[in-house]
Amino acid sequence: MNKENNKVKEPLFHIAKRPAIAWQKAWGIRGASILIAFLFSGIVIMMLTKQNPLDVYATMFSGNLRSETKIWQLLQETALLLCVSLAVTPAFKMRFWNIGAEGQVLIGGLATAACMILLGGKISNGLLIVVMIIASIVGGAVWAIIPAIFKAKFNTNETLFTLMMNYVAIQLVSYFAMVWEKTKGAGTVGEIQYGWLPRIGNNDYILNVIVVLLLTVALYIYLTKFKHGYELTVVGESENTARYIGINVNKVIIRTMLLSGALCGVAGLLLVGGKDHTINSSIAGGRGFTAIMVSWLAKFNPLYMILTALLLAFMQKGAGEISTVYGIDKAVSDIITGIILFFIIGSEFFINYEIKFIKRHKEVE
Amino acid sequence: MKSMKKILAVLLAVIVVAGLFAGCSKKSTPVAGFICLHDENSTYDKNFIDAAKEACEKLGLKEGEYLIKTNINEDNSCYEAAKDLVEQGCKFVFADSFGHEDYMIKAAKEYPEVQFCHATGTQAHTVKLDNFHNAFASIYEGRYLAGIAAGMKLNEIKEAGKLKGKTAKMGYVGAFTYAEVISGYTSFYLGAKSVCPEVTMEVTFTGSWYDETAEKEAANKLIANGCDLISQHADSMGAPTACETAGIPDVSYNGSTVSACPNTFIVSSRINWAPYFEYAVKAAIDGTAIDTDWTGTIDTESVVLTDINEKAAAKGTKEAIDAAKAELVAGTRKVFDVNNFTVTVSKDKNSNAKIDNKGHLTSYMADVDTDEAFTADTEVVKDGAFNESVFRSAPYFDIQIDGIELLDVNFG
Repeated sequence: MNKENNKVKEPLFHIAKRPAIAWQKAWGIRGASILIAFLFSGIVIMMLTKQNPLDVYATMFSGNLRSETKIWQLLQETALLLCVSLAVTPAFKMRFWNIGAEGQVLIGGLATAACMILLGGKISNGLLIVVMIIASIVGGAVWAIIPAIFKAKFNTNETLFTLMMNYVAIQLVSYFAMVWEKTKGAGTVGEIQYGWLPRIGNNDYILNVIVVLLLTVALYIYLTKFKHGYELTVVGESENTARYIGINVNKVIIRTMLLSGALCGVAGLLLVGGKDHTINSSIAGGRGFTAIMVSWLAKFNPLYMILTALLLAFMQKGAGEISTVYGIDKAVSDIITGIILFFIIGSEFFINYEIKFIKRHKEVE
Repeated sequence: MKSMKKILAVLLAVIVVAGLFAGCSKKSTPVAGFICLHDENSTYDKNFIDAAKEACEKLGLKEGEYLIKTNINEDNSCYEAAKDLVEQGCKFVFADSFGHEDYMIKAAKEYPEVQFCHATGTQAHTVKLDNFHNAFASIYEGRYLAGIAAGMKLNEIKEAGKLKGKTAKMGYVGAFTYAEVISGYTSFYLGAKSVCPEVTMEVTFTGSWYDETAEKEAANKLIANGCDLISQHADSMGAPTACETAGIPDVSYNGSTVSACPNTFIVSSRINWAPYFEYAVKAAIDGTAIDTDWTGTIDTESVVLTDINEKAAAKGTKEAIDAAKAELVAGTRKVFDVNNFTVTVSKDKNSNAKIDNKGHLTSYMADVDTDEAFTADTEVVKDGAFNESVFRSAPYFDIQIDGIELLDVNFG
């Protein structure tokens, strides 16, 4: 009797933190997780839609790469998503949870549209574009610096503050869409005829892609080679340490958010001046939130972000194509995207930790 | 640099795999493409989607020969969607939302050999492109008939002594202060007034075409204000479900909401797009001309009423509607007959209208040709009636008539 009570039940396995892992192995785990994700979501597709999963995946690919236009559209979407992701990255590295990128992009776009509508036709297009660039950057930066100042001075919660700033931005944009509406009462601005960013070689998309690539490299250098980048990383790791080594924490917070907002402003500029040529409250299209995932998945490394932004843009466009071709609700394609992302994020766990199975000790009687 | 190499390697791998996949998909070439702002969860878009399927099947198009793109925003994504449909082989491209128009025109200019059609738009008769067309339906006739059902119900409530106030009052949840909405609620009101002369109406706006919470709250506000019956021009289930919860009768729009509201749904008017799609897609395939402005009517079955919910509707509703419908078709009754309503003209209200000493309309200059200054450019009062949807397909009735009170002009 007593003997059994004393027996400690051994768990089947335990989880231990891995020491540094070879990059080949890490990428092996990531690759395997994607494969499992496709298998698993394949089963879900069969259960929900009775379609052959291979056909569905093929549709996903053809929806992205069917024609030259499609590939350019994918690249442009990747670039725009990447631009917002770059914007949130310095703040995230500093552990400042900027959930307000959506609003900052909108305000950048609103400032751009304001210039296009109010100054269009009155000054030369070249000058107009210069004004648009300045206005969008200032607009985005102002929207980001307000929560940063409150955080620095009063230690307010930046997650809630930036999130709520999104709603203020949405309402502002809806209001101005009314002020500038094209048909009385309709609430839509329509295509603005002035201040379009120039096309390069008769291609609508390439300018956005080039601008964002340049920004990516610049941000990578800023974060890794400059003192600013180092300082914001230290503030993120430990504010006390930062203070101890003489970093002005408040200054770093405000400066970094200024950069974050300015980059969001640029995204707004590219959306309104380079792509849509109109303004409405859905123009940011949720990129401000998707960007958080892009940035996290890439571990805040701007170069990796090219890949994660491409992945997410690819999934989104593919999901849209699936719902068009198979006439199924977009929710189903979103489920597929969700499953695949879940596995990719889950794989990080297995890279950082390992599962050790415990061998059963055979007791000798 | 090491990380760059890795990225390049993975990129290459993705492209190679993609190439393999892209090669093996085999599909029929699409002929017709439809672009929708939302998906089937919006009653507005569902109405288009169902009609597109019905018309294409009638024309013998198989699955894959027509494509429906949903959740396309009113920005460059509309142009991109149109372009993609054309590149896949579509001869006919349609978009369902007002804000799509500029981007459809952009695509129409780029692909002159493809026919582009757009519902609710206003620019086809002024941009003068051979391959860009607007379409709408005289939905005000349907609203008017639905209004008769509402008026009959109010009479029934009054006879039972259950009116909330001294006289019958209706509530209306509108989206924007846009001519299409104004034309809709005014014709609905006139329908109700034709059988219940004492009725008044309160209108509130949500500032959005689809905002379930706002629409629900707006309906609740109207109910709290003492409205005996609710109708709406916004695309979610917000107002109908609020009515069902409160037990207030509702005249719905875009289609029947009887399954969610079995006790309060009376009837719903909607535009049936199938006749237009059938006509326009066939014309695009055959290469025949499509009307620049096409207006469907009750007669062409473009404006229809759903089945009446006998549980909620007043007795004799069907007979009354059928009688009025016959008069509308015959032309003996006009919805916007100037003798049916009075108008107050002041400096900031209805300034484009002229009235006689009884308050009846004698002249109205409407903004038919879209321009930035909203210039009133066309005389629309003729033969004793406001001629709606004659000078272009999209509605332009934007007069504030007596008896209807706007609670707000909320822009969201």
